[in-house]
Amino acid sequence: MNKKKKGALWVHIVLCTAVILVCFPIVFALIKSTQNTAQVLSPSLKIGSSFFHNFKRAFFDYKLWIYMKNSLVISVYVTLGKIILSFLAAFALVYFKFKGKKIIFIFIIVTLMMPTEVLILGLFNLIANKPAASLLQWASWVFNPVKLLFHPIAYGFGWSNTNLAIIVPFLASATGVFLFIQHFNSVPRSLVDSSRIDGTGPIGFIFHILIPMSWNTIGALALIQFVYVWNQYLWPRVIVRYDANQVVQVGMNKIIAIGDSVAWGEVMSGAIIAMIPPLIIFALLYNAFMKGYALSSDK
Amino acid sequence: MNIFDQGENAVFRGTWKAVLFLLPTILILIVFLYFPAWHSLVMSFFRNNLFLGTHTFIGLGNYRNLFTGPLAPAFLQSLTQTLLISLLIVFIGISASIFLAIQANKKIKGGTVYRMLLIWPFALSPAVAGTIFLFIFNPEVGIMNTLLDFLFSVKPRWLDSPLLALTLVVFAAVWKYLGYNIVFYLAALQNIPTEPLEAADIDGAGAWRKFFNVLYPLLSPTTFFLVFTNISYAFFETFGLIDILTTGGPVGPPTVLDKTGITTTLMYKVFQDGFGGSSNMGFAAAESVILTIMVGVVAYFQFSSMGKGIHYQG
Repeated sequence: MNKKKKGALWVHIVLCTAVILVCFPIVFALIKSTQNTAQVLSPSLKIGSSFFHNFKRAFFDYKLWIYMKNSLVISVYVTLGKIILSFLAAFALVYFKFKGKKIIFIFIIVTLMMPTEVLILGLFNLIANKPAASLLQWASWVFNPVKLLFHPIAYGFGWSNTNLAIIVPFLASATGVFLFIQHFNSVPRSLVDSSRIDGTGPIGFIFHILIPMSWNTIGALALIQFVYVWNQYLWPRVIVRYDANQVVQVGMNKIIAIGDSVAWGEVMSGAIIAMIPPLIIFALLYNAFMKGYALSSDK
Repeated sequence: MNIFDQGENAVFRGTWKAVLFLLPTILILIVFLYFPAWHSLVMSFFRNNLFLGTHTFIGLGNYRNLFTGPLAPAFLQSLTQTLLISLLIVFIGISASIFLAIQANKKIKGGTVYRMLLIWPFALSPAVAGTIFLFIFNPEVGIMNTLLDFLFSVKPRWLDSPLLALTLVVFAAVWKYLGYNIVFYLAALQNIPTEPLEAADIDGAGAWRKFFNVLYPLLSPTTFFLVFTNISYAFFETFGLIDILTTGGPVGPPTVLDKTGITTTLMYKVFQDGFGGSSNMGFAAAESVILTIMVGVVAYFQFSSMGKGIHYQG
């Protein structure tokens, strides 16, 4: 018994140390975001009273609210889009009989090997280049296989500095298709049969049976994708040049760059603000995530 | 796992309906993934000059320049650094999280609280991590140097010394990803049958033997999956962290290293060459093709681990 107690004590010591190491940077940022200029530069770890001052400066004077709004709009659209599109694609791949299924599946899954980051040069040209001046000009390029093959991005979308540039390319998700296929395969066959006997079509089946049975997978995917999109940095940094359209992860960096000396209190306040939305999503969807993703990927 | 073994689930007919459901995903993938990928490949065979507006076909010239000639040392250095940084992140990150997950999974008071507190940084962004570490390790006003100055009267310049900057980037990257790894290990541990561990207890096995002979083999499918997830994290997502913390620097002594910063990973180099002052798009495209091949190998292993590899023969 005594030995066991001693063992538990050690576990507590190890875990406490780990928790302190893991949480210290955030707690530190939180404390510093409440202090005034003099306190921030001192080693003091007392909670100050300048939280609202720093917050106001970061949020309004440094225009963090614009970045926050952009990030929020983008993350919501991309998360919803990825869920709907990959749900539909997985539905077709699991519940429909048609030729070329395997090829389409491979076509989708191969994109796991093409993260946006490695495509950034091509994607940049595609999004930034001006569209063709006329339909005729465009057609003469797109219907000429030699031109299309060797000069693949003669024209683009002309979307630089718009939200479209950060939303549209990310609407599809191979991970999502994969997760939904795995989940659909675990839905009992009897449910599918009974719905067939009732004469329900594909759409009715989706709404009456599949969606109600998929909330954990949907929640898991929403959590992964929201966090991923919200935390995106490289692509917006490259494609967005105007402040008014920038996202919060890149925008936050701008507070550091302003002026000669860094206003660390405001910067820390900005960092705290930028981490709140994904944490809220995390808290809301954590259980669904554990049931729908972390566990299913081990099966 | 055989995704197409479920033929019996395919109850609906009508190719056109299926195509309609698949169309949005396929269109987005063709236009925004396959097309840019092809474009990058084509671009890597050309020498581009934005200022002169020239666009010359040079075949494999860009690839040759990656390995020989004046541009090669910088590329080879950043390739080596990418491998080194990834290796450190994977090794330290995986060992730390496997250890912590096992501790946090033990039946002790407050276990749930410990678990939550260890997992939540999963939601943090590399950019936020970079910003906070930039302040903590600021040589003048950062709390780390205040503490070191008080204890040992030293004030290391963290971001100016190659070795320290590299350590800092690896440490911050591991710290940020710890929560993600722990989530998967906790999930795996909860699925593990308890009998083997109890049997080991009865045999009187010590903690080390229990770990290496019983737990570690049972966790290895998860480890396999996480190793490759961590590699692609180290390749790409560390970009925000590096951009804010070191902007790819600092440059080491010229006798040892080229003029490339010690934390310039391949991804950072593609960014610098493609969008930096020189705008050497063709060369950057060749670099990104090499990077794609590396990711392809990683993704292949990761995917195969998500599929058939993961079974608990408990």
